[in-house]
Amino acid sequence: MSTALQTPEVAETPNYLNSEYGWKSWLFTKDHKRIAVLYIISITVMFFIGGIFASLIRIELLTPQGDLVNSGTYNKFFTMHGIVMVFFFLIPSIPATLGNFFLPMQIGAKYLAFPRINLLSWYIYIAGAIFALAAIVLGGVDTGWTFYTPFSSTYSNTFVITAAVGVFIAGFSSILTGLNFIVTVHKMRAPGMTWGRLPLFVWANYATSLIQVLGTPVVAITLALVGLERAFHIGIFDPAIGGDPILFQHMFWFYSHPAVYIMILPGMGVISELVTCFSRKSIFGYPFVAASSLGIAIIGFLVWGHHMFVTGMSMYASLYFSLLTMLVAVPSAIKIFNWTATMFRGSISYDTPMLYAFGFIGLFTIGGLTGLFLATLGVDVHVTDTYFVVAHFHYVMVGGMVLAYLGGMHFWWPKITGRMYPEGWAKFAALLVFAGFNLTFFPQFITGYLGQPRRYHAYAPEFQVLNVMSTAGASVLGLGYIIPLIYFLWSMKYGPKAGNNPWNAKGLEWQTTSPPPTFNFEQTPIVTEDAYAYGSESAPEEAHHHD
Amino acid sequence: MQVPLFPEAASSIARQVDYLYAYLSVVTIVMTGLIFAVVFFFAVKYRRKSENEMPRPIHGSVILEITWSIIPFIVMLSFFWWGAQIFFANATPPSNAMDVYVVGKQWMWKIQYPEGTREINELHVPIGRPVKLTLASEDVIHSFFIPAFRIKHDVVPGRYDTMWFTATKPGRYHIFCAEYCGTEHSGMVGWVTVMTDSDYENWVAAGGTEGSMAQQGERLFEQYGCSTCHQADQQGRGPNLRGVYGSRIQLTDGRSVQADDAYIRESILNPNSKVTAGYRPDVMPTFQGQISEEQLLQMIVYIKSLANPGAPASTGGRQ
Repeated sequence: MSTALQTPEVAETPNYLNSEYGWKSWLFTKDHKRIAVLYIISITVMFFIGGIFASLIRIELLTPQGDLVNSGTYNKFFTMHGIVMVFFFLIPSIPATLGNFFLPMQIGAKYLAFPRINLLSWYIYIAGAIFALAAIVLGGVDTGWTFYTPFSSTYSNTFVITAAVGVFIAGFSSILTGLNFIVTVHKMRAPGMTWGRLPLFVWANYATSLIQVLGTPVVAITLALVGLERAFHIGIFDPAIGGDPILFQHMFWFYSHPAVYIMILPGMGVISELVTCFSRKSIFGYPFVAASSLGIAIIGFLVWGHHMFVTGMSMYASLYFSLLTMLVAVPSAIKIFNWTATMFRGSISYDTPMLYAFGFIGLFTIGGLTGLFLATLGVDVHVTDTYFVVAHFHYVMVGGMVLAYLGGMHFWWPKITGRMYPEGWAKFAALLVFAGFNLTFFPQFITGYLGQPRRYHAYAPEFQVLNVMSTAGASVLGLGYIIPLIYFLWSMKYGPKAGNNPWNAKGLEWQTTSPPPTFNFEQTPIVTEDAYAYGSESAPEEAHHHD
Repeated sequence: MQVPLFPEAASSIARQVDYLYAYLSVVTIVMTGLIFAVVFFFAVKYRRKSENEMPRPIHGSVILEITWSIIPFIVMLSFFWWGAQIFFANATPPSNAMDVYVVGKQWMWKIQYPEGTREINELHVPIGRPVKLTLASEDVIHSFFIPAFRIKHDVVPGRYDTMWFTATKPGRYHIFCAEYCGTEHSGMVGWVTVMTDSDYENWVAAGGTEGSMAQQGERLFEQYGCSTCHQADQQGRGPNLRGVYGSRIQLTDGRSVQADDAYIRESILNPNSKVTAGYRPDVMPTFQGQISEEQLLQMIVYIKSLANPGAPASTGGRQ
């Protein structure tokens, strides 16, 4: 059956890519798959813009003196790196691209619940991105991505409001995506697709959506208040006019800590798909992996104060936040153990997506455990606001989320485009990313404990050796990002045809043609088995691997 | 080209923090090593040997799930417990700590001693004696960080924070601003010099000529006209401030407050917010924006000196 599907005629069957042509067919599309492609293009552009700022930061930090640019410019570099990467790449990264494309397909739906709102969310994202880019082009912003008051609201004389408006607007795009996913998962599952059969990628995106809908309004309000104080001197955060600067931090982190889970949960969902597919195994402990996503989403809302242990917050509040932060690590640990256990007695292949999954498991373990250093009060006092924190969150955001994103892109690329990427180059790039990443960020744990504060343009000379290692690593990492960009583009025209299910994967998205037809399935599928039913009685259609 | 893993340890708590950090590091390395090893082992042992291979499904084990939830959580509780102990032990300065006053300002640290010496980006402390820093900010949030002491505290505008340490090793150590505070944030650095007791006494003796902080405060008290209402020998329009510091003040609205640094600061900048019972509001003007944070601290030290009749301002603040 699958052999037949790989014949050239099938690739010419009507699909979402060849159903219509012309720019209007893209810019006015209501197809979640086309919108996902629009998002992929947009966030890729933003990722490389953010990456340029990262490179400039690393080049400046080659030497202890601030000699490449002046301090004001350097501060703008790290601010714009943070704003672009967090709000315009990491937060939308997986939900708006792979989630948009595959969440409806994985539950057997023909489209998302609100196709027009989905398109609107992309336009809102673009509007937000335009403001963010305008802030950059006009002369930049230097508050750090965290916009701490009263610096941002009173003292900075850069384009704070422009950037904040960009983030404010982009937040609505995130809320709308979340809303769309929640309604879709509740109302549009195919017959037989019970909650207990949902793929874990869907569970992860569902949990993420809850955070997006509940948390994002808070950061929007917070930034609006910063704007009000800045523009009209209404005393909210600046003590000189009767405000409370720490209030800002409570409000900001009330969103931005859960936002960290917006950035990592969908990645965890991808890893659940990859580990099962490339081990040909049912996930070990399905209910625990699924519930841990919800656990993270809920407990994640109760831990924001761990960013504030040295602000002079009450000791007892600090105790509470420290304890709950330990608790939120448990569901993450559960996932790591279950992925590992899933591989036990599996049939493990080393295709590129699985290499990224291996990388994710290792690096996220380090990212998660070093988070516990920061949750531990006595140690946090020393390491907070140092490079230790920078290293920690890059292990989670890059070692975790970016690896998951790349793993997911390689996994689903054949479904999205109908073409295979070049496996050899992909393995090579995955290796570069892994090696470059560790060389960049591992030394920063050490510089952090030695005391190098973050956001320093010039630093004490004794930290130089470790900083040179970081910069060297960053250039390897950068190469590891550029290679996939090239071969993905190349493969769209020259890649070998992928067939419908090159990995012999079990998800519903693999049971339709590649690229999928506009309404995903010829007939609404009827689900009769659990997710990842590898090796069960109703074996996959055929164990024939496409080469 | 040797890279150390620990910074110098020059305070009484530095090694405690290092031990806890080492414990966390060992757990992290063991756990990561274990995960890496198991993943690697499975990846090799269960590598796909033929394309048609279809392993038998394993659905999970509740006992394993409970085990690998509870055991890590217990280990995490040990992090929590140990970390909280260090944090609590260092939260409150000992009562015999000597005072030093620190004002953060874009982009420098202004440091004053009760004896009256003032420095910028330099802090001198004696070995073996607890030192309490009172932290104030003139503008944005800063953070006072001494890696060799393993301590850090944010310096938040609009209020006072305190931190303390006991230095244990003579030498010069970095002071960093750890909270991003604007353009020259990375230039907001300085040095703490830890000295032996006798060196410190000599250094203090060679100090400033402006008189003690209390005397400087007393001059400000005259200069700003405070003394016309807050009279020392007879009842003025404002309360007599002798004996006020550290006492409980009854307010017009029936509440009572402890007259500490924060209360005195608030009473100077925003006099109508907490008016002493028996006095009228709207008599005293606000000094918001007229008095610098350094001057405020001097006046507080002066008012504090009035609380203790045995130590008049002229003898200096240090006992």
